[in-house]
Amino acid sequence: MSNNLLEINDLKVHFPIKGGFFNTVKDHVRAVDGVSIAIPRGTTYGLVGESGSGKTTTGKAVMGLNQITDGEIYFQGEKLSGKGKKIGIHRDIQMIFQDPYSSLNVRKRVFDIVAEPLKNYEKLSKDALVEEVLRLLERVGLPAGSLYKFPHEFSGGQRQRIGVARAIALNPKLIIADEPVSALDVSVQAQVLNFMQEIQQEMDLTMLFIAHDLGVVRHMCQHIGIMYQGRLVEEGTADEIFNNPQHLYTKRLIAAIPDTNVDKVERNMQLRRQIKEEYDRHFNEYLDDEGRVFPLKAISGTHKVALPVKG
Amino acid sequence: MVEYLLEANSLTTSFKIDGEYYPAVDDVSIRIRQNEVLALVGESGSGKSATAFSLMGLHRHARVTGEVFFQGKDLLKNNERQMNKIRGGDIAMIFQDPMTALNPLMKIKHQIQETLRIHGTGKKSERESYTIELLDRVGIPRPERVAEAYPHELSGGMRQRVVIAIAIANRPKLLIADEPTTALDVTIQAQILDLIRELQDDLGSGVLLITHDLGVVAEMADRVAVMYAGQIVEVAPVRELFMNPQHPYTRSLLNSLPSEEQLGSKLHVIQGVVPALNKMDRDGCRFAPRIPWISAEEHEHQPKLREIAPGHQVRCTCYKNFHLNTSMDHGAVEQRVEAHQMEEGGVDRR
Repeated sequence: MSNNLLEINDLKVHFPIKGGFFNTVKDHVRAVDGVSIAIPRGTTYGLVGESGSGKTTTGKAVMGLNQITDGEIYFQGEKLSGKGKKIGIHRDIQMIFQDPYSSLNVRKRVFDIVAEPLKNYEKLSKDALVEEVLRLLERVGLPAGSLYKFPHEFSGGQRQRIGVARAIALNPKLIIADEPVSALDVSVQAQVLNFMQEIQQEMDLTMLFIAHDLGVVRHMCQHIGIMYQGRLVEEGTADEIFNNPQHLYTKRLIAAIPDTNVDKVERNMQLRRQIKEEYDRHFNEYLDDEGRVFPLKAISGTHKVALPVKG
Repeated sequence: MVEYLLEANSLTTSFKIDGEYYPAVDDVSIRIRQNEVLALVGESGSGKSATAFSLMGLHRHARVTGEVFFQGKDLLKNNERQMNKIRGGDIAMIFQDPMTALNPLMKIKHQIQETLRIHGTGKKSERESYTIELLDRVGIPRPERVAEAYPHELSGGMRQRVVIAIAIANRPKLLIADEPTTALDVTIQAQILDLIRELQDDLGSGVLLITHDLGVVAEMADRVAVMYAGQIVEVAPVRELFMNPQHPYTRSLLNSLPSEEQLGSKLHVIQGVVPALNKMDRDGCRFAPRIPWISAEEHEHQPKLREIAPGHQVRCTCYKNFHLNTSMDHGAVEQRVEAHQMEEGGVDRR
């Protein structure tokens, strides 16, 4: 058996655009258009891209939250895509959502929120359920007194902890974290990131970390994939992506991050302008005739780039 | 004597909660010179947006006291009519969310012409061409087509450009930018910041930049004011603030950012949360509950902003012997602080 917990092969998710008199399908939006990702057990894979690049759609496809047009998803060697019920497999895959203010049901108490997955999958007595939820709350660092409180009584960071408690309730193997800290202040962000790392080590979790903040991704992930218009343009270890980016789009993305080092500001801006110019002039060469990014090609053991095919 | 473009003294803005007024902006004094970018930094709930809205007179149900001198006149003494003349004219604002700042039922050109008409800029016949010129100025390709479009037909970056075009339409002397790039992708953010910088150079305006992104501050600001719980806790020239931060809050904030040097290690966590408006202890140092390992004697009873170097002011004396908490177990303290706050009944910040 391979060491990869999750394997995505040539995933395509196309959404139909309907219109016209009979509301027929006119065209498709290629939200995800041929993405392949393999995540080794116990590691974190960062999926980065701008809004509309298809990173969230990829995550949702793994969760089974949207229809897959083409391609396969394997989880522990078992096929997730295609027909048939996958309920047994899906208990091992859980999701942490972006906005802790809208991803928790405002009318439910913390107990009901965290207990829901347990009720769905495990037949526990009421007492055992309460005990289990308390154990989970303790694990994410929330006091036992919060059991019967409502989400609005908590701060953003605490709410995200409730979301994490719900996600780890069934001892999952894979966590899909979709922009888990984008809605939080930096100080709270640090709290949640530290804590996610702790939980990951303790529970030997594998994570698909979706984000647009490259600084956060660098801190959290061993492997990073950069998405552009539904396709990966570059993939590699965090070190390769940040210190040796090859694709023009990756270079531009990295150059665009404002640095807090005041000594580097001038140089960064110069570099940014230079790359922007190159991007405006040469980016067409990085796209094929249909305006799509070229297929990834390995340039080292771990580093793959979608460089133009010469000739 | 230095001429300030804007001088706010002891600005205090209070909101009514359960029949009582609580100050969200508490005795804030800021000065902005011509051609200067002052960044106002802080977490959500620190009062930075409330400060900006108070300057513009946009709070309806709040009690605002203090003085805001702009070109020698106190804005707070103006009535609504006089303020309307200044708003969008000499003082313009760029709002955070371009999705909601524009009117969805109006064509772009009409929204721009509206501000021109109200402030009597240009003749009626010239406004059409000036509108196109403005759109072109903020870097919108094919401005003639965009002028005829409705907001929903444009992307987020384009919409933010339109919001900026409206803000600079009457060549403002002061530009207030409230999180102008928070809703945007990094590459678009870089372009918008470039644009603001360029326009500011061009018009010689002063800019009040409100943001929580310290990277943006490092790139854009001349001076920085850090806000915590409604007060300014530190003011310094940008270089000084990043190279030699003094207030415990500023130092904690800078340390909580993921950085290259910190790879593989734990991020610094500021324990606890920003206190709620109506549950805040207003005596003593407001940051004290979040640095419990610093003894009470280090704090002042009535902390004041004091100048410690030219242009560098710090509130309270607790910065002198402050050290980041590395010896204690983060998780344990954090839980204790949070549990304590929860017992006191709710810490909702929204």
